Amino acid sequence: MGRHKLLGQTLKIINVGTPTFTADLRLQGVPHVHLDWRPPAEGDAELVAVLARLMEHRAEIKSANDEVLRRVKTATGRLLGVKPAREVILGLSDMTILHAGPPVDWADMAGPMRGAIMGALVYEGWAKGKDEAQSIAASGGVRFAPCHEYGAVGPMAGIISPSMPVHVLCDYTHGNYAYCTVNEGLGKVLRYGAYSAEVLGRLKWIEQGFAPVLDQALALAGGIDVGGIIAQALHMGDECHNRNKAAGSLFLREIMGPVLRTDFPLEQKQAVLEFIKANDHYFLNLSMPYCKLTLQAGHGVPKASLVTIMARNGFEFGIKISSSDQWFTGPANYITGLLFPGYSKDDAAPDIGDSAITETMGIGGFAMGGAPAIVKFVGGSVQDALNYSLRMHEICHGENAAFTIPALDFKPTPLGIDIIKVVETGILPIINTGMAHKEPGVGQVGAGLVSPPFKCFKDALVALAQDT
Amino acid sequence: MYLYLKVLPNEYFDSVTLMAVSAKVKAEVGAQLVTILMATTMNKTMLEERGFDSTELCGASANDCVIGVITADPSPQLIEQIEREIRGGGQQEKKGQAINPATISSALRQIDASLVIISTPGEYAAREAELALTQGLNVLIFSDNVSVQDEKRLKLLAKEKGLLLMGPDCGTAIINGSGLCFANNVRRGSIGLVAASGTGLQEVSVLIHRLGGGISQAIGVGGRDLSLDIGGIMMIEGLRALGEDEATKVIVLISKPPAPEVQAKILAALVHLGKPVVVCFIDGEILGGSEQRLRFVTTLEGAAMAALAYGGLDVSSKVFDQKFFDTRALEESRKLMPSQRFIRGLYCGGTLCAEALMLSRARVQPVLCNVAKRDSERLANPMASSGHCFVDLGDDMFTQGRPHPMIDPNIRLERILEEASDPEVAVLILDFVLGYGSHADPVGVTLPTLRIAREIAAQSGRYLAVVAYVCGTDLDKQGYEAQCSKLEAHGVLTARSNAHAAELACKIVGGGI
Repeated sequence: MGRHKLLGQTLKIINVGTPTFTADLRLQGVPHVHLDWRPPAEGDAELVAVLARLMEHRAEIKSANDEVLRRVKTATGRLLGVKPAREVILGLSDMTILHAGPPVDWADMAGPMRGAIMGALVYEGWAKGKDEAQSIAASGGVRFAPCHEYGAVGPMAGIISPSMPVHVLCDYTHGNYAYCTVNEGLGKVLRYGAYSAEVLGRLKWIEQGFAPVLDQALALAGGIDVGGIIAQALHMGDECHNRNKAAGSLFLREIMGPVLRTDFPLEQKQAVLEFIKANDHYFLNLSMPYCKLTLQAGHGVPKASLVTIMARNGFEFGIKISSSDQWFTGPANYITGLLFPGYSKDDAAPDIGDSAITETMGIGGFAMGGAPAIVKFVGGSVQDALNYSLRMHEICHGENAAFTIPALDFKPTPLGIDIIKVVETGILPIINTGMAHKEPGVGQVGAGLVSPPFKCFKDALVALAQDT
Repeated sequence: MYLYLKVLPNEYFDSVTLMAVSAKVKAEVGAQLVTILMATTMNKTMLEERGFDSTELCGASANDCVIGVITADPSPQLIEQIEREIRGGGQQEKKGQAINPATISSALRQIDASLVIISTPGEYAAREAELALTQGLNVLIFSDNVSVQDEKRLKLLAKEKGLLLMGPDCGTAIINGSGLCFANNVRRGSIGLVAASGTGLQEVSVLIHRLGGGISQAIGVGGRDLSLDIGGIMMIEGLRALGEDEATKVIVLISKPPAPEVQAKILAALVHLGKPVVVCFIDGEILGGSEQRLRFVTTLEGAAMAALAYGGLDVSSKVFDQKFFDTRALEESRKLMPSQRFIRGLYCGGTLCAEALMLSRARVQPVLCNVAKRDSERLANPMASSGHCFVDLGDDMFTQGRPHPMIDPNIRLERILEEASDPEVAVLILDFVLGYGSHADPVGVTLPTLRIAREIAAQSGRYLAVVAYVCGTDLDKQGYEAQCSKLEAHGVLTARSNAHAAELACKIVGGGI
């Protein structure tokens, strides 16, 4: 870094601290930038010392992080088919149920997750009814594991059992696969913990009536490029986490012809297209595995400080960083936002679901500047939406030129949440998300914004410093 | 008494804003305690000691703002008022406003900066300074409470990189004509200042301006730079920079007298500058053997005059009418009772206080001061005056948790009233420092108290003389003439320099006539 001579040169200033001095610089017409400064590491002196230790390795960490982003950016995401989970997810044995977020015991599970697990046990025929399902689950008769540890992701409760059909996405560059179930729609659905006969009936139809048609259609189409749809949808007001209207329409446009070309009865094909059309969040279950797949490519680079997973199970928020396979967890927060009529904030469950993988990839809350309609959930202005996106650049290592935001002069979305920058600035990732009712089976009660607990990043930083 | 406590999670405000709001609200509502703080460990302990609920505080971090109020008035609207004040008062992020960057690194993506000004709480200043220096940027640390070890380490780092690190403390500079932190708006010219004294630098620059000269650069190197620990690292670098600066024809060095070893180093550094140098060691010994291109002086006024003389500027026409002022002083002294014998100097500027102490010593005896170098002159209890007394109200013991009196002169008001009730007090000296960083109307906030002070004296049949000095220029945003005429309109004798103010006060109490 070159030395800046002071005397006799054009004076340009960065002001760190009191705004009084900025006001005086403005008065004198001196070019300046005022920092939105806060005490580093939330004022924790020990953590500041850890940051200083890591500073000594800044060059190695930077090149590791560059490598993570190189891999993530060269990853591709093509939707190839819809297959039963047991056929495609490696190691998904019988009596195993995958769930959202970091590992969690039955005793600690949130209401929606418990409800969804009971529903899955009945759906698989492993239990006859609610009571038997509950006793199997509580007595260790079924194995639980995070979706993320199987290359999968699931919204809300995120339950995947072996018979459920999953979208299969492939990254040809790195030879990775990612999986996600078919989104059931809104209202009483399994991912919000509902397990009534109506819910299970719909799941059976998805398995037997829907998936075979879509799978054949995708084969006829030669797969669909999910990343390309996300890039376009970001220009159409979606951020592909909490708003998927444009992406869903684009997907429908791609799949319509191939579905019609399948050899299933017309009524079944109509039902398939109708199902996709009627579900504003169909595409969420494609954007999530796309993000999982691309981030998976960046996982496993030693010394890297970038986040490759953010996920919640309704009890804890968990993150992983590229250079470690350890979960770093903290208590899940409650969501701030808008409740649907008839619900109060006491009805809401803590933050839940793997959908924060979209923010990890720099879309969702990070791309809110391209989806200003979303800020209505928190009573904000369009400028607030833009500011959320700009703010996230402060904690990211780079940018993703594949995804841009028109309202920010096509500025690329931020990419690669750096735990060092999060701890240093105290700026937490911003996540757009839905709010689940705390009781199983009620469904969504609202939507809004949430952040991970600082503890996840703090613990990850301390661990990184120990390994470096 | 009612205790109110509110935590505003994840809302950071700088301490200047918070202290200003605390002072304002406390003055308006008359609560027993209004404290608005960031929830650092130290601040939380302090609040608990005041009786606030520790359970509410334990989860709060240094990024959370805490409002604590103790008041007889059961009115929770007070808290809301405070919230509005702190959010609206500082230039915090507002709706519909683009955001500012959070770190120096990200700010560099927006601006090709050459200098970083740091006014964070002292414990964090060193880190930011190091981040700036390692990225090739010059630094001005305004913060105080930076450790000597950090200061030395950072100054050595800056020197190694060929950068200037100004401060910490005494945050003032004029770089290429722009005033930074506490600085006056002065004409540009050929005199370069380098100073280990904040208000010393301001006074010299102001006097040079008023006498028709101008300033090329003014570099404040921090009050401790010439201590044995730091050894004048940045004073020497500053001198070198002024030596190389084409706009600078004359150099003025301003400091308290340094340790002999440091002095030797500094004087050795002067030899190679190739420009005339005025060395002002305030209240130091008069060093003899002046060479043609080197003059030693011991007052700020002397420094300004010597620098102008080197610049070949004829200042004879600017010299004010001594006789007029002497007559005024005499008139003031005639209004006093026999019991009224003492001067009480209440200063915002530390170096202004030191210069006044030095000049008064020769005229009245004994003189006392809270920051005196000489043990014999040390004021035992800085909170209570006695004899001829000069108080630096910017000293740490007065500014704990309060803004510096140059930012908020309210700190001086109570003391003015105390002095007014003392039957032995003849005359007050008040300094008003104008310029960037300073209060928008320091005279205006003081006048109502002066009126009350004079009423207090009058109730006991006394008159209270007041001598003021306004350290400012016609270009300063507060307006030099406007501030002076407000004082004059209230019967305050307004001196032409800080030294002059001390001289007039001495004359009023019968010294030096």
